[in-house]
Amino acid sequence: MIVVNLLFYLFSFIMIASAFMVILSRNPVHSVLFLILCFFNSAGIFLILGAEFLAFILVIVYVGAVAVLFLFVVMMLDVEFKSISSTVISYLPIGMTIGVIVLAELMLVLFTWKRDYSVTDNLSITSDKQYSNTEIIGLVLYTDNILFFQLAGLILLASMIGAIVLTVNHRPSAKRQDINKQVERDAENSIKNIDMKPGSGI
Amino acid sequence: MNLLIFTPVLPEIAITIASMFLLIIGVFKKNEKTYTTISNLAIFSLLAVLFLIFSGSVPKGISFGGSLITDSFSLYLKTLILISSIIILVVSNIYLRNINLLKFEYIILILLSVVGMMIMVSSNDLISLYLSIELQSLPLYVLASIRNKSSKSTESGLKYFVLGALSSCILLYGLSLIYGYTGSIYYNEIASNLSEYDVGILIGVAFTLAGFAFKISAVPFHMWTPDVYEGSPTTVTAFFAVAPKIAALGLIVRILITAMPTLIEDWQSILILLSIFSMLLGAFSAIGQRNLKRLLAYSSISHMGFALMGVINGSFDGVRSLSLYMLIYLVMSLALFISIIALKNNDEHIENIEDISGLAKINPVMALIISILLFSLAGIPPLAGFFAKFYVLYAAIDAKLYYLAIFGVLSSVISAFYYLRIIKVMYFEESANSFDPISKRLKTIIYLLTAITLLFFLRPSIFINFAGTASASLFI
Repeated sequence: MIVVNLLFYLFSFIMIASAFMVILSRNPVHSVLFLILCFFNSAGIFLILGAEFLAFILVIVYVGAVAVLFLFVVMMLDVEFKSISSTVISYLPIGMTIGVIVLAELMLVLFTWKRDYSVTDNLSITSDKQYSNTEIIGLVLYTDNILFFQLAGLILLASMIGAIVLTVNHRPSAKRQDINKQVERDAENSIKNIDMKPGSGI
Repeated sequence: MNLLIFTPVLPEIAITIASMFLLIIGVFKKNEKTYTTISNLAIFSLLAVLFLIFSGSVPKGISFGGSLITDSFSLYLKTLILISSIIILVVSNIYLRNINLLKFEYIILILLSVVGMMIMVSSNDLISLYLSIELQSLPLYVLASIRNKSSKSTESGLKYFVLGALSSCILLYGLSLIYGYTGSIYYNEIASNLSEYDVGILIGVAFTLAGFAFKISAVPFHMWTPDVYEGSPTTVTAFFAVAPKIAALGLIVRILITAMPTLIEDWQSILILLSIFSMLLGAFSAIGQRNLKRLLAYSSISHMGFALMGVINGSFDGVRSLSLYMLIYLVMSLALFISIIALKNNDEHIENIEDISGLAKINPVMALIISILLFSLAGIPPLAGFFAKFYVLYAAIDAKLYYLAIFGVLSSVISAFYYLRIIKVMYFEESANSFDPISKRLKTIIYLLTAITLLFFLRPSIFINFAGTASASLFI
């Protein structure tokens, strides 16, 4: 138990510290890297909680896709490094105000919220502990929830078609790869001996 | 496994399969005729599904463990959605050829969006609700900016996308609160768990309604509408104005009446505000517009305000008036949009109100038809639009919401001003324009829709009975 507690404090300390560094570091690339560290540590906390599926999804989706995308965008944008940190002071009052409000709301939630067991007990899909999270999701995702799965697939298909139709630009003048043509080429047809006269082009 | 359990969702499955099949055809068979072939096949499959619904071979019932429900109400709305999308596809075939935008993906996206709308109107839990809204709106974002060489079209697509994503977030937040406070995603279980009075659930309902209000462009969530309507290709605008609104209204009615009947006093007050503001803003803002599409955008905002009036009471009469309103609104606004698409000056599609000046001298039939449609939108008896407004106002008075009905009538009078101005421009102003002849297929559709508008008063009971049986299934 003590190991779990120690791990929790380790993960949460690094998570909060790296979250601070995300907004404090001068270099946006460093910010994104700290964000990735933050994601990894929250994945660790999920693992401690026994929610291994969420942990994996967090690493795969957020670290593997979203954060890397961020990284690309940040690297491509030519951001002025100094201008970011110089505005911190001017935004401090409004940031503090929002922070205090959010803190007050969190306090309200913590001290007034009562858990309604009659509701939460109905939430778990199966009560027996023999299955892990991933197995339980696997059990219902393709059976009971097949509609949602398929709908999500259709949404992805629609967005894929959309991305292609909006960006692909077929110009007849553009040179494209023709694999048949490439395969059919051989040395006899490709190399020509030309007798060049001095002083003239091809 | 028993495949019969899928028969209530057969229309959705059929259109999904058709869209994927057509996508494959479009990818592998690329030539000049691809668009026409795919368009014809898509229209054929939509007609087949429409026939399937009309012939009564789609059984009613729930499917996917209660996630989707097929009842008279959803079948009625699906019929409206299918009819509007068929008309849009037929018109697009002509319009897109004119503006040289024959991309076959256009059809696939419309089909996918139709699948989303059909699932929207039959969704019976929160997850299928959210996913179907996303499935409906993602293709629409792309369709808005499909003319990617025009900066206005891309701008409208981007605006729609950003604001749509924001509204989805708000909606999702509201839905998660409802789920958190009731412990269920299914409408009937939500309704039975709602008994306790809870602030959290009210916040959830308010957020959810805000998200819905964005989808039907009710004030104060209407900002995107004029820009998106103006920038999109006109056929897409016509589609925006009709099909997604019908689907979203159907979804609002179902979730409010089957999932939150006990909270009626709370959502009623939100809806009353949405309705009044939409009617008034739609009426006042349209006065200054010169662009026809922007004007119709404001007109549609005003009409959504009227349609919402039907939900407010939460009664059978109200829902029936709303169902009837959606049917008549579909006929009127599609006819008007197609008339705008049909009119051309020297191969240029008309954009502004002054472009149609003097139409009465050159093409008196079209001028008459547009006047009839505008009178109908303004709610002049005995045209169909009058009956639509009459029944929703009647529902409002029935609910003892007299001030709401007064606002409705007032905004109707104000909006009559800008409808009449278009008629004045057509009949009494000189024109330097010459109008191109209108293609036969467009003419047929316009005549048919106008005939319904004009002759509705002869046998209104046919349509009212349709709407009545549809709405009755919500109140069992």
